[in-house]
Amino acid sequence: MNEVLQVAEKILTITTSICMIGIAISLILLIYRVMVGPTNPDRATALDVIGVCLMAIAALMAIILVTTKLNDVILLIAILSFIGTLALAKYIETGVIIDRNDD
Amino acid sequence: MIDAIMHIVISCLLLLGTFFIFSSAVGINRFPGVFTRLHAATKAPTLGIISILIGAFLYLFGTQHIVSGKLLLAILFIFLSSPVAGHMLSRAAHKSGIKPYLRHRKDEYEEYINKKEDR
Repeated sequence: MNEVLQVAEKILTITTSICMIGIAISLILLIYRVMVGPTNPDRATALDVIGVCLMAIAALMAIILVTTKLNDVILLIAILSFIGTLALAKYIETGVIIDRNDD
Repeated sequence: MIDAIMHIVISCLLLLGTFFIFSSAVGINRFPGVFTRLHAATKAPTLGIISILIGAFLYLFGTQHIVSGKLLLAILFIFLSSPVAGHMLSRAAHKSGIKPYLRHRKDEYEEYINKKEDR
């Protein structure tokens, strides 16, 4: 019975390593798109997905380190990535982020 | 035994999430144009990150008996915010002058804007 649990834990360790490598490769692909993206909305899109990749890395790190202290980090990255994407989208759309016209 | 099954389920969830995020990254690199890239960038990573966060939640619940409300809140927030971000980005891209690739159809959003300006 104990051996089964040990095998399962080993499988989980290997799986987290594989997932880290896969997400690192996707980060490299996304950074390539951020650098050479033909237009600015391409770059904003890739930056949005980079936020998702950072959240995934934080969650995998929480599994590797067996800690609950990274949950705040995941929530904060989610909120900041959303607000950053909205600000970038407004900047691309109108040229300003905060418009002071009251009409 | 139940712990072993839990570990296997968590491994499957993590692999699923990584697959979706990786395929989204490949899609962002391979699709032509902004709107098709948004197609790859808003749907697949949402499912991927939700399954990875559910895996982390199950791991903390199984090993330390902690029900992490912050992770559930993060899942809910991502589920709500990702379509909004995609919509804002697509509207910004359309208004900044990028035309979508439409094979036989007309640009209905363009017609809608023109009709609203005529009124």
